[in-house]
Amino acid sequence: MNGLSPKPAEITYRDAIRDAIREALTADERVFLMGEDVGRYGGCYAVSKGLLDEFGPERIRDTPLSESAFVGAGIGAALGGMRPIVEIMTVNFSLLALDQIVNNGATLRHMSGGQFSVPVVIRMATGAGRQLAAQHSHSLEGWYAHIPGLKVVTPATIEDARYMLAAALADPNPVLIFEHVMLYNMTGALPSGIGAVDIQKARIRRPGKDVTLVTYGGTLFKTLKAAEILASEGIEAEVIDLRVLRPLDAETILASVRRTRRAVIVDEGWRSGSLSAEISARIMEGAFFELDAPVGRVCSAEVPIPYPHHLEEAALPQPEAIVVAAKATLGRE
Amino acid sequence: MSDSPSVKPHLGRAHLLDLLGQMIRIRRFEEKCAELYQQEKIRGFLHLYIGEEAIAAGVMSALEKQDSVVATYREHGHALARGVSMNGIMAEMYGKANGCSGGRGGSMHLFDAATRFFGGNAIVGGSLPLSVGLALAEKMLKRGGIVACFFGEGAAAEGEFHESLNLAELWKLPVLFICENNLYAMGTRLERSESQPDIHIKAQSYNVPAEVVDGMDVVAVETASSRAVAAIRAGGGPFLLECRTYRFRAHSMFDPQLYRDKSEVEEWRKKDPIPRLTAWMLESGEAHDADLAGIEREVAAEIEACVAFAEAGPWEKTEDLTRDVYAGEAPR
Repeated sequence: MNGLSPKPAEITYRDAIRDAIREALTADERVFLMGEDVGRYGGCYAVSKGLLDEFGPERIRDTPLSESAFVGAGIGAALGGMRPIVEIMTVNFSLLALDQIVNNGATLRHMSGGQFSVPVVIRMATGAGRQLAAQHSHSLEGWYAHIPGLKVVTPATIEDARYMLAAALADPNPVLIFEHVMLYNMTGALPSGIGAVDIQKARIRRPGKDVTLVTYGGTLFKTLKAAEILASEGIEAEVIDLRVLRPLDAETILASVRRTRRAVIVDEGWRSGSLSAEISARIMEGAFFELDAPVGRVCSAEVPIPYPHHLEEAALPQPEAIVVAAKATLGRE
Repeated sequence: MSDSPSVKPHLGRAHLLDLLGQMIRIRRFEEKCAELYQQEKIRGFLHLYIGEEAIAAGVMSALEKQDSVVATYREHGHALARGVSMNGIMAEMYGKANGCSGGRGGSMHLFDAATRFFGGNAIVGGSLPLSVGLALAEKMLKRGGIVACFFGEGAAAEGEFHESLNLAELWKLPVLFICENNLYAMGTRLERSESQPDIHIKAQSYNVPAEVVDGMDVVAVETASSRAVAAIRAGGGPFLLECRTYRFRAHSMFDPQLYRDKSEVEEWRKKDPIPRLTAWMLESGEAHDADLAGIEREVAAEIEACVAFAEAGPWEKTEDLTRDVYAGEAPR
């Protein structure tokens, strides 16, 4: 250390996304933001606060409560040559726009024989943890990851929150960005010297040799915490942050599992018919003979997420449960 | 009802012959399609537009090259009238690689970038938000194009209709909404599904100027469309035309038509837009038998050629199945 480079300032996950949106609006005139309360209100989670004053109402567009219309309008505007960023307040409300996302956004390129592309970015909050009860606590990103034609990304770190948007906008396909509600207040420093990230590869967030913990989004930090607990007991867990749910980076998962010979998937989505089931199947297909134990899963309990704090916590994946599942793959209690 | 500028009907002989020719072209093309369906050359769903040709012919005639068109799964007529090649359309119906969507979409999903024809959408109401977005792009990029969005009266029961009209008017977007009211949403008659069966009144509740047009009269449709287009281009925001029409054929090739009387169909057939214009032109001396024979001859030759084009077309290689699920390169 020569003392000349100051310690980078800490910012929140929310600030990182706002900086990303500001940068995109500045860099490309075709970019605009639209959604419910993104303008005057400043965004349901305050992500777009201040942007209306900076960029004006043409480019920071408050929409009516019409998810299907404004998401479809985002898809149409993308077809027409714009680069829209559509904010849906939360994944829960995106169900009102499923027709547009699944029947239009995902299909138009293939169905038109490659004539039209849909370079739209759709951001939304996802996940539970704020005692908002069943209709505001869904984690449905795994559903969207089921759909060919869509790309699905889940920034979990400050760095990904800051740089994934640019990569999503540069991508000629519809990209859905899921921001976990419990991450918005998270603070951290942006690593210096990094100005971009990819939206193709998973990342190993903690290396280890005994068991692979595969996760993404809001459960990354719970999983890292579990890995610390495991380390204190002499178990070195490798933590993979998927980052991108579609297309899935199976290569990184399989390479890790081949080293550790054990895997646990941690997903806030439900277990049945889920992303965690898909990852488990990929591991079985690609690394069956390298496995020393059945693949474990820690998912949300199969209930609509309840309101009281203790029940909500009981319904969600927690570090303790991750520790138990990881140890089980090692035959330890 | 609206402050649209006055537009006079365009009644020149050559122009009327063009409109008539366009309607006959659509009619004969679809008659051929029905035949090819029986021969199992065309599979899947086939929704014929027969009886409604005056709307596509009339509206398209009021549009410019830079405008965009969004249509439904009953869109052969719109694609033809917009200028998508008949060869490409027929090959698409065959599912061949030389089809206008590369064979991927079939009858319900005709696409053509060159004529800004954005499909063939098979979800009732699903194309309305898309058209609002295309219009938003036109406005933000200051390109001056408008978007013509066709849908049936069944779509007016969908939330997307209401959300889209509201948004288009709120943002004063250049969309011409064309409701092709043929009275039946598949087998459900309008009065059985709508508490307010006057579609144009629904539009007015969103402050969208709206007019009712005789959809069996191509000149009336064209005149109303030109007026609406002029109002939209002048920056007035969206406009809705409710074209009252009737489909002479079944909803699709699987429909036994249990929901309507044959006598009703016969009554509407008397309003058939093609004999109607033909008779008027013959009586007024604007057309002669030789003109009609000429149109039929040209259309027959075009249809024969398009069938040959489709027959000769290659199938897409199975290895290319997943090509274009994702765009590999940055779009324009």
